[in-house]
Amino acid sequence: MLHLEPRTEPSRRWSVIAPPLAVALTMLAGGALFAALGKNPIEAIRIIFWDPLFSDQFAAYARPQILVKAGPLVLIALGLSLGFRAGVWNIGAEGQYIMGAIAGAAVGLAFYPAEHWAIFPLMILAGGLAGWAWAMIPALLKVRFNTNEILVSLMLVYVAEQLLASMALGALRNPEGGGFPGSRNLQQYPAASNPELIPGTGAHWGVVLALVAVVATHVLLSRHKTGFHIRVAGQSERAARFAGVVPARLVVFCLGVSGALAGLAGLFEVTGPAGQISIDFNVGYGFTAIIVAFLGRLHPIGILLAGLLMALTYIGGELAQLMLGLPAAAISAFQGMLLFFLLAVDVMTNFRIRIRKGRG
Amino acid sequence: MDLSAISPVLLLASLMVASTPILLAATGELVVERAGVLNLGVEGMMIVGAVTGFVAAVATDSPALGFVAAAAGGAALSLLFAFLTQILFTNQVASGLALTLFGLGLSALLGQGYIGVKAPVLPQIEIPGLVAIPVLGPILFRHDLMVYVSIALVAAVWLFLTRTRAGLVLRAVGENHDAAHALGYKVVRIRVLAILFGGALAGLGGAYISLVRVPQWTEGMTAGAGWIALAIVVFSSWRPWRVLVGAYLFGGVTVLQLNLQAAGIAIPVEYLSMAPYLVTIVVLVAISARRGRSAVNAPASLGKVFHGGA
Repeated sequence: MLHLEPRTEPSRRWSVIAPPLAVALTMLAGGALFAALGKNPIEAIRIIFWDPLFSDQFAAYARPQILVKAGPLVLIALGLSLGFRAGVWNIGAEGQYIMGAIAGAAVGLAFYPAEHWAIFPLMILAGGLAGWAWAMIPALLKVRFNTNEILVSLMLVYVAEQLLASMALGALRNPEGGGFPGSRNLQQYPAASNPELIPGTGAHWGVVLALVAVVATHVLLSRHKTGFHIRVAGQSERAARFAGVVPARLVVFCLGVSGALAGLAGLFEVTGPAGQISIDFNVGYGFTAIIVAFLGRLHPIGILLAGLLMALTYIGGELAQLMLGLPAAAISAFQGMLLFFLLAVDVMTNFRIRIRKGRG
Repeated sequence: MDLSAISPVLLLASLMVASTPILLAATGELVVERAGVLNLGVEGMMIVGAVTGFVAAVATDSPALGFVAAAAGGAALSLLFAFLTQILFTNQVASGLALTLFGLGLSALLGQGYIGVKAPVLPQIEIPGLVAIPVLGPILFRHDLMVYVSIALVAAVWLFLTRTRAGLVLRAVGENHDAAHALGYKVVRIRVLAILFGGALAGLGGAYISLVRVPQWTEGMTAGAGWIALAIVVFSSWRPWRVLVGAYLFGGVTVLQLNLQAAGIAIPVEYLSMAPYLVTIVVLVAISARRGRSAVNAPASLGKVFHGGA
């Protein structure tokens, strides 16, 4: 019978093959899902993966959108990947993203309508700090009381969502908005806006920061002692202790960095593509980034590619909604499926299949 | 504000209704964790149970069949988790998260066309004689069947874990899977069964939200109930009766804040709505800070991968 035998070392070949194979399998299973919904599966897959990039009709609109969506996903996933490597599970990036947006927008709106070059940098600082502070709650509770960081960070997402609603309806509501919920539009306030830097690309300051963060985390993981500690801690607790890793410091570092990056992602979103604080400002980037982190094998370059791919499925999903009447939920089921297949295929990285004679 | 509008009897009676979904899901997850498996997909299994239960109840016009379908739906999704973690040895944290993300998407897909539809009503059962007891009667003995089922399940799980041989084997698997394997117990089979039981109960809990508590179908309607169930298992130190206490405590906070909203208290609605989540965090901290006997009660093999027969 078939039997899985642990490899002494993870297979390099499989760790490269696994993500594309998982994508291919997801396309097959997703096609079956779309067929079950009564849609032409080949057309649906083409619309999701091909048309946003190459169709004459949609590419002009869709291509820039890919960077707009990939920016926050990559930024958040990079932070999460550090923790996931070390066994620190920050599941609450969505909340940190919201808090970054609220704090950043609040700083900007406090100066309205003043024009000064320092306003936007101050907002960036506030956004990063707020995300960091929100992540420090689970970090400090973990370090001080050994409270489970998964549950605390996640509970704080719901708290942040309520706070967002309260801000959109109350403190940050546009005084000239005729009583409608939502803040002033920051895109119309030059000192506080995060515009498209090169027309037609979708690149804004958040995308620039995401690229910088890819390089920075790569250097951190491969050249810096903290990166070494993160890698060791994830592989063996015992070895980590001998290598001089202080677990508490690692928890604070990993949650802090991921919180700050998520907060920054929120700030760049609210000042750029979203434009304003509103009740439905957050769209689940903090959760999708978990898939991106794993799909990218917790590796900075991998995460960059995975973020672009995931952004493509978002845009493609919107197109499929428009063209085929495919429900919006189908694409999130599709994204969840991708993570399943990746986890399943990944078994080949750490095990080899052996055929064993006799009874198992 | 008019606090006198809040009736203590009604408050306590609705507390039991508000607690039931979490109680069901947490009881299931308790069994899973006692078998040494950490399934973070409770939220996903609940929401899939909520939608399958709702769809089945509408299609058959029978709430009872709805609950059966919900249990089957939750168990089916948990089977996916069981396959990944027990057969393919995947990381349980990542697989559980995948289950939740997938379940949220899948449920929204299944539930299209059911938004705004009315489900058949699960009748209330008045226990004859007992319901006539002043104060206690209306609080305890005038509920639908699932409220009683959820309490009976807590008792059954307690009996199973502490008084039966099979329960002892399940706990042995959770404490030390290598030793249990050496004794000849089928670790993987026992864990898969535990995961299926957990999935079925999470499904029931989800269906209780969509069929009784709300009762209608909306996307993402479980709103973190599955995660709170996970927190309650930690709160309970993995003991069945304490799950009941935890779930009712949480239900109490939820009902109280809803009543305060209705009574028009001067605190904005959003801040009241945060209360259940904040209370969960505070309780988690209180439990973990007390590093004494109960905090180390977690099953020793919880979340660890078992490579059987290698």
